[in-house]
Amino acid sequence: MDTVILARAFFGTSLGFHIIFATLGVGLPLMIVIAEIIHQVKGDNDYAIMAKRWTKAFAVLLGVAIPSGTIVGVQLSLLWPGFMEIVGKVISLPFQIEIFAFFLEALFMSIYVYAADRLPRYFRLISVFFVAFGAVASAILITAVNTWMNTPDGFKIKPDGTIYDVHPWDAFFNPSFVSSAFHVAITAYMTGAFAVASVAAFKLLKKRSDRERSYHLKSLFMSLAVAFVMSFVSALSGHHSAQILHQYSPEKLAAAEGLFETQRYAPLAIGGYTDPETEEVKYGIEIPWALSWLAAGKFDTEVKGLYEFPRETWPPFYVHTLFNLMVGIGTLLLGLAGITLLYWWFFIKKRGKPFPKWLLWSLVLSGPLSMLGIEFGWVFSCSGRQPWTIYRVQTTAEAATRNENLGILFLMFLLLYALLSVLTILILTAYFKRNPVSKDMDKIYG
Amino acid sequence: MSEEVLAILIMWSFIFVYSIFGSIDFGAGFWAMVFNNHKTMAGKIANRFLSPTWEITNTFLVLLVVAFVGFFPKGAYTLGTVMLVPVSLILFFLAIRSAFMVFSYSVQGYRKTMFFISGISGLLIPSLLIAVLPISQGGFISIDGETQNLLLGKLFSSPTLYLYVLFGLTSELYLSSLFLADYSRVSKKEDAFRLYRSNAIILGPLTLLSALLTLLFMAPEAAWLVDNLLDQKIWFILSILAFGFAYGSLWWPKQNRPGHGRPRFTLLLTVLQYGLASVGYGLAHLPYIVYPDLTIYEAFTATETFYSLMIMYIIGLAILAPGFYIFWRLFLKDKRYLQQD
Repeated sequence: MDTVILARAFFGTSLGFHIIFATLGVGLPLMIVIAEIIHQVKGDNDYAIMAKRWTKAFAVLLGVAIPSGTIVGVQLSLLWPGFMEIVGKVISLPFQIEIFAFFLEALFMSIYVYAADRLPRYFRLISVFFVAFGAVASAILITAVNTWMNTPDGFKIKPDGTIYDVHPWDAFFNPSFVSSAFHVAITAYMTGAFAVASVAAFKLLKKRSDRERSYHLKSLFMSLAVAFVMSFVSALSGHHSAQILHQYSPEKLAAAEGLFETQRYAPLAIGGYTDPETEEVKYGIEIPWALSWLAAGKFDTEVKGLYEFPRETWPPFYVHTLFNLMVGIGTLLLGLAGITLLYWWFFIKKRGKPFPKWLLWSLVLSGPLSMLGIEFGWVFSCSGRQPWTIYRVQTTAEAATRNENLGILFLMFLLLYALLSVLTILILTAYFKRNPVSKDMDKIYG
Repeated sequence: MSEEVLAILIMWSFIFVYSIFGSIDFGAGFWAMVFNNHKTMAGKIANRFLSPTWEITNTFLVLLVVAFVGFFPKGAYTLGTVMLVPVSLILFFLAIRSAFMVFSYSVQGYRKTMFFISGISGLLIPSLLIAVLPISQGGFISIDGETQNLLLGKLFSSPTLYLYVLFGLTSELYLSSLFLADYSRVSKKEDAFRLYRSNAIILGPLTLLSALLTLLFMAPEAAWLVDNLLDQKIWFILSILAFGFAYGSLWWPKQNRPGHGRPRFTLLLTVLQYGLASVGYGLAHLPYIVYPDLTIYEAFTATETFYSLMIMYIIGLAILAPGFYIFWRLFLKDKRYLQQD
């Protein structure tokens, strides 16, 4: 395999691995904060138990999120030295602020975990709040760099590659920053909530004592409420991100939709795949005029097709599938959360019926699905930018290392990620098996 | 002072702070393994220090990388290209170490493995980290057109590398012994204190000896550095003096009890000793980041970026300072934590 492809596969794997833990690292603290608040307001100890147990899970996940984040951060310089040279000059600011967010999170996480018994209750809440704040701030700041790659701003470049006229804050607040960073944060919250819902639904599949059932129902209801709101907002923000694509990265939108001819009243292609031979989307459902409307709110909006751009700058055709998967999962989950809440209201709350198995099983799948949606979204964002690393400034081939030793290192890290995944699952199951909910309840209720 | 010099000075301070905290962190991991279940509780004390702090130290390592990319992007390009293999190994060991630190806290069954991993990586990671010094002094990088490559074979067969590693490891263990001696004293564990003190007594002269050997057996390509180091000898003389006082103070009697020492004083003076030597080394190394290809002037970032980074460092440190203070109070001072048994 050639070095550039290998570097992409290597870095993509590192990121894909880190994203799982980073997303939960943003999503779970919000759930913990909400549970702590409900506990304070309602005085229901079940919510305190939830906060405690989720913190435990969060601490274990952080054990992988921190080293994998360290790996990704350093690997940027190792695998993409050419890219980091420009980054250092133009967009090092968010990286540096991210370090402060990281410090904040690490400091207060240690305080929350190792000094909890010595702290007054209000200070524990403050600690969790800072952990949650540090986590989401990190995510937003890192996204700032990614959005700058998609819509670079705040500098000029001479033909020989010299960078001049640098404005670091303009680079930071580049055109797609606000919209994408918001989308990243909200979908992380959505995924954290669905992850909790998955576990609660799974626990409800088996027969439980009444108090345990009621505990898991509370957890399910709370997480679904959050998930529903977040899915709805993320659909809106995703729509806004697509409009930014239309404005700033027309090739990416064209490839996402498999649109070749520039046109007004452009149709939206759902499903199918982009056939490279005939240059059209096959087996998809076309909704007339919908793409034009989505792109800028009017049916007669002209949407640029791929023929508008030189062939060597076309993104790969598979991004159409990635885009559909991301949007499809988001829509499906929004529907699932909505239907479950309606079902709850009409059949469970009003008529006292039990949860049907099929619904619980679908909810068990919601967490992993939501995570997949995030992964597809990131792969879409980054492969949809190809052949560029920095859009229309630097190609991926120019950015990559020329070192020949990548293969063996890649293998080594694959093994590392596999090992850490297995260990995480083992540790989480071992801990929660030894400390079931009933044990925590006995401690509080006697 | 030019912007480049200011930037390298900040970089130097970060590296210096990390090298002290990193030494203590990795050293504590090593001692926790060696003295696991030791009757003096020396291992337990090392681990008690390590549990809440390793994460912060790890963050500091990321700070180094990020600061370097921000201040000297071209340096990040060169070192990123050249250091692929050694730094990947560091990341690999660091990831396993970090994960086990967290896992062992959740599930007791992993404690033994954790002590082993943290102890071994406590020697491996610093050895790899210090390899950047011989590499940056020249002779181990081949330039082939536009690509630079690390001559791994030449590096691993060079005595310079091993002497640097020896110096790094003895220093790490010396510094961490002194720190843990102080930490044991604050925790009122006199047995552990005595153990760490006697470790320090053995290690102190070894650090000096290995430093001398490193200097004597520098690779021929580093002749420029040796010349420059000799020009800076005042710093090294002061450093050796500081060592003399620090080492001697291990016998400084306290409250009329002979041979007990004052670990806090010894530790601070030793940090000063390393500080002075690093100033000398740093000055001798200027203006090169990597000899002879890269100077701080060529590697420097865009001026506007430099100033916005500076402002953010000041704001960031001001925001974090109270957090660090609370942290210090809770884990390095609070008797309820230090003397919990």
